[in-house]
Amino acid sequence: MNTVTQKETQPDLRTADQNQNGRQQFVTPEVNIFETKDGYVLQAEMPGVNKDGLDITLENNELTLHGRRGDQQPKATALWRESSLADYRRVFELDPAIDTGKIDAKIDQGVLTLRLPKSERVKPRKVTVSD
Amino acid sequence: MSNLTRWQRSDLSAWPGFGRLFGLRNELDRLFEPFAELTRGSQLLSVWNPAVDVFEDKDSIIVKAELPGMKKEDIDVSLHDGALSVSGERKSEEKFEDAETYRSERFVGRFHRTVTLPSPVSADKVKAQYKDGILMITLPKTEEAKPKQIEVNVA
Repeated sequence: MNTVTQKETQPDLRTADQNQNGRQQFVTPEVNIFETKDGYVLQAEMPGVNKDGLDITLENNELTLHGRRGDQQPKATALWRESSLADYRRVFELDPAIDTGKIDAKIDQGVLTLRLPKSERVKPRKVTVSD
Repeated sequence: MSNLTRWQRSDLSAWPGFGRLFGLRNELDRLFEPFAELTRGSQLLSVWNPAVDVFEDKDSIIVKAELPGMKKEDIDVSLHDGALSVSGERKSEEKFEDAETYRSERFVGRFHRTVTLPSPVSADKVKAQYKDGILMITLPKTEEAKPKQIEVNVA
């Protein structure tokens, strides 16, 4: 059975925001994915992103998460830096059973929660035998 | 999911080589079972090390930590001997009924980071704010630590 499997995405590069070709690099957010009988739940960590900086796009069964960090950079000199300034990005291939019209998203304290319900058509059901 | 295809008997098991191969596999699995238990999910052996940034301007030191998905009350910030400690615990998420886990990359558990501050700060004026999964701590420098303009009268 196909799942919300992850497709090939950009490598996780927390340091460089641009590589030598000047192409944009992204941070790959860590995710948890669960499947219940009604659908899937995907949680992605994007600290610094709020709902204004979030783009979720769906194209040909491919779900793309893109998060831009809000303005949380102090106007001061950086003495030590471990976090990245790069946007977050990750692409998933969706199980065709997902009802893409009913995907629900919310973001709270930098954690995006996506609920991807399965369409009624594919939910397990019992066929009763008529007399 | 399989299509509505005709059922076909698998003749693979008739090949004697497989039986021995699976036997060996089971043997190996049993041998490594204790280790597999240890490394499962890999979270038991690795620690949550949230990214920390330190900034400075003329009035204060600013420490920023990426702590997505925490509850404010589960974050502890303390100042001791010129070092700032940020620690806390992320409790495991709500469990979904009959859920099967496909990916589990997010950390659960305790973290602890300590930052040695580059200059003395007024402990009673420290402010912390938690927003969009980012903890921002502003530590005003003591009056003595702030850069001063010294006027020199040239005679």
